Amino acid sequence: MNSYVIGQQLVNGVVLGSIYGLIAVGYTMVYGIIGMINFAHGEIYMISAYLTAITLAVLTTWGVDSVFLALILTLISSIAFTALYGWTVERIAYRPLRRSTRLAPLISAIGMSLVLQNYVRLAQGSRNQGVPSLMEGNLRLVGENPEQFVQVTYVQLVIVLTALISMGILSWTIQKTALGRACRATQQDRVMAELLGVNTDRIISVVFVLGASMAAVAGVLVTVNYGSFDFHVGFVTGIKAFTAAVLGGIGSLPGAMLGGLILGLSESFFAGFVNSDYKDVFAFSILVLVLIFKPSGLLGRPAVEKV
Amino acid sequence: MQKVIKHAAMDALKVGLLGLLLFGPMTGMLLDGYGIHYAPSRAFWLVGLLLLGRFMVVVVMNSPALSGVADLFKRKDRVEVVVSPMGQQHHKILVVLTLMVAMALPFLLSKYWLNVAILALIYILLGLGLNIVVGLAGLLDLGFVAFYAVGAYSYALGAEYLGLSFWQAIPFAALLAASFGAVLGFPVLRMHGDYLAIVTLGFGEIIRLVLNNWISLTGGPNGLRTPLPTLFGMEFTKRATQGGTPYHEVLGQWMEIDYSRAARYVFIYVTLLVVVTLLVYMVQRLKRMPIGRAWEALREDEIACRSLGINHVMVKLSAFSMGAMVGGVGGVFFAASQGFVNPASFTFFESALILAIVVLGGLGSVVGVIVAAVVLTVLPELLRDFTEYRVLIFGCAMVVMMVWRPRGLLRIHRPEFVVEKRVP
Repeated sequence: MNSYVIGQQLVNGVVLGSIYGLIAVGYTMVYGIIGMINFAHGEIYMISAYLTAITLAVLTTWGVDSVFLALILTLISSIAFTALYGWTVERIAYRPLRRSTRLAPLISAIGMSLVLQNYVRLAQGSRNQGVPSLMEGNLRLVGENPEQFVQVTYVQLVIVLTALISMGILSWTIQKTALGRACRATQQDRVMAELLGVNTDRIISVVFVLGASMAAVAGVLVTVNYGSFDFHVGFVTGIKAFTAAVLGGIGSLPGAMLGGLILGLSESFFAGFVNSDYKDVFAFSILVLVLIFKPSGLLGRPAVEKV
Repeated sequence: MQKVIKHAAMDALKVGLLGLLLFGPMTGMLLDGYGIHYAPSRAFWLVGLLLLGRFMVVVVMNSPALSGVADLFKRKDRVEVVVSPMGQQHHKILVVLTLMVAMALPFLLSKYWLNVAILALIYILLGLGLNIVVGLAGLLDLGFVAFYAVGAYSYALGAEYLGLSFWQAIPFAALLAASFGAVLGFPVLRMHGDYLAIVTLGFGEIIRLVLNNWISLTGGPNGLRTPLPTLFGMEFTKRATQGGTPYHEVLGQWMEIDYSRAARYVFIYVTLLVVVTLLVYMVQRLKRMPIGRAWEALREDEIACRSLGINHVMVKLSAFSMGAMVGGVGGVFFAASQGFVNPASFTFFESALILAIVVLGGLGSVVGVIVAAVVLTVLPELLRDFTEYRVLIFGCAMVVMMVWRPRGLLRIHRPEFVVEKRVP
C-alpha cells in the first residue's frame, strides 16, 4: 500500500462522494419536510441518466460540437424533464396520502419505484445503454513517474466542480430566498406555516422538484463519467445515497453532503484495499450500523417521540 | 353537463400536455447505440390514451347523472367491521369446498400447471408469513426475501454439508430463519416505520450479496443443487440413487403403479397444501389470542399500546420470528421444487412482490392474501403477453391501492364478542 495509491483512492472517493451527496440531498429534503423516505428517488436519478443519453444523442444529430455547450444543454434538459418526473410522482403517489397512516405513503413509494423502473425498461429496452466519452485527458496532481502518480481526469474535475456549484445554488436558495424561508418554515412546523399563509402543498412540490433536480445533476455527471447505465442503476445508487443522508443526519442539508463524502471515501478505500466484491455489502452494513447505533446521524437532531 | 364537459376537456388538455413532456423523450426517442431512433407514434398513443382516460374520469366523477358510478371509486380508508355470527356457517362450507378443489387439482393438472400451482402455494405461504409482520404487527419488512433465502439455502447447504434430508430440513430451516428473524428483530426494536423498512431492506441485500460472493461455500451465482425430497425413504426417481428405493418399486408391491415424473410434484404440492392449511388455521387462531390482538394493537398505536403495559419487545420479536419462520419453510419448498437454488431468486423484487400480495390482499386479511397470491402467480401464466407488463402493473396496483383503499380490497373481519339478543 503506497501513498500514491492512497492519494488516487482519495481522489476517486471524493468524486464518488460528491455524487452520493447530490442524490442524498433529495432524500434529506423530502424526509425533512414530510417525514417519509422517497423510495422512488433512486429511479428519478436513473431517469436522468436516460435523459442525458437521449439529449446527447439529439445534440449529436444537430451537430453540436462544443463539449462545454453540450454539457450545459444536457444539464438544462435533464434537470427540466427530471424535475417534472419528481413533481408528477409527488402529485400522484404522495399528495393524496398526506393524512394517511405512515405505512401507506411508503408502500405507494415502493410501487412508484417499480412503476418508473419498468416504464423505462419497457420504453427503452433492458439492455445496457451508453454515451460516448466527451472529454479525454487528465491532470497529474502528484508524481511524474509513469508507475507512481495521482491523477484526476478532466471529467472528474467537472464532476466535483458541478457538484460544488449546484450544492452552492441549492444552499443559497434554501438560506437566502423567500422560497427557501418558506421551505424551512414548513419543515419546522407545517401547521404553523400554513396558518401564516405559506402554501405548504406548493412548498412540498418545490422540495420534490429541487430534490429531483439535484438527482438530475448527479445522473448527468455519472453518465458522462462512466458512460454506461441500465434501467437498474437507480436501486443500488439510491440506497447508497440514502445511506449517506442517514449518515449525515437525515433532514440536514450539510449533513447530506458530509455523509456523501464519508461514504464515497470509505467505499473507495474499502474497494481499493480490502475487497471490491464486498463493497456493496460494506455500504449496506454501514447503513444498518448507523441506523442501529446513531439513527439521528452525525449532524442531525434526535427525533422526538410525541406522546 | 356542458360545464362538466368543458371542465373535463380543459383538465384533460393539461394532463395531456404534462404527459407529452413526460412520455415524449422517454418513449418517443429510442436510444440506439450512441445514436437515436425516433418513434413518435408510441408517445402519441400513450398521450392520447392518457388524455382520453383523464377526460372520462373527470366526466364520470363530476356529472350528477353518474354519481352512483362515482361513489364506487371514491376513496375509502375506514375499517369496515363486519360482525356476522351467521357468516361463520358459510365460511365452513367455503373452506371445505376450497380444500376439496385444491386436493383434486394435482390429478387434473398437467405437469406445467402443477408447477404453477406449487408456486402459487409457495407465495401464499410467504404472503401469510409477511402478513403476520406487516399486516398484523404493522412492521414494514422490505427484506422478507432474506428469510426465504435462509430457508432455501439451509436446505441446500444442509444437504450438502450435513446430509440433511427434506424432512429434517423443514424444522432446521424454520428454526434457523426464526433465529435470523429474532437476531434482526433485536436491533430494530427501537425503530419504526421507515427506518425499519430500510434496515430490513439492507439486511435482505446483505444476505443476497454474501450468498452471491461467498463462492467457496455457496457456489456463488452458479448456485447449488438440492436433493430431491423423499417420503418414508422412498425416492421420486426412476432408479434408486444411494441405497434408497424408488417409490414405484415400493408401492408396486401392493398395487399397480408406474413411474411418473409428475409424482415428485404431486408430493410437493400435497405436502405444501397441508402446511398452508395448518398455517391458515394457526394464523386464524393466533388473531383471536392475546398475542394476535397485541400485534394488531401495536400496529394501530405503539405508544398507547406500551402505556397499557403490553411488552412491545416480546410482541415485535414474536411477530418478526414467526414471519421469518414461515418464510424459511417457504424457502425449503422452493428449493425442493426447483431442485436448485441460486442468489438470483432472492432479489429485492421478490420482497416487493410478496409485499404486493399482502397489500393487494388487504393488510391483515388471510383470505385476501390467499386470493392475491393466486391471482398474481396464475394470471401472468394465463396471459403470456402480459408477463412483460407484470411488474409495471404490480407497481400501479400498489399505488392505486394505497391511494384508493389503504386497508385493502377485502373487508377486515375482526373477532368480536356479540351479545345474543334474548327475548325477555
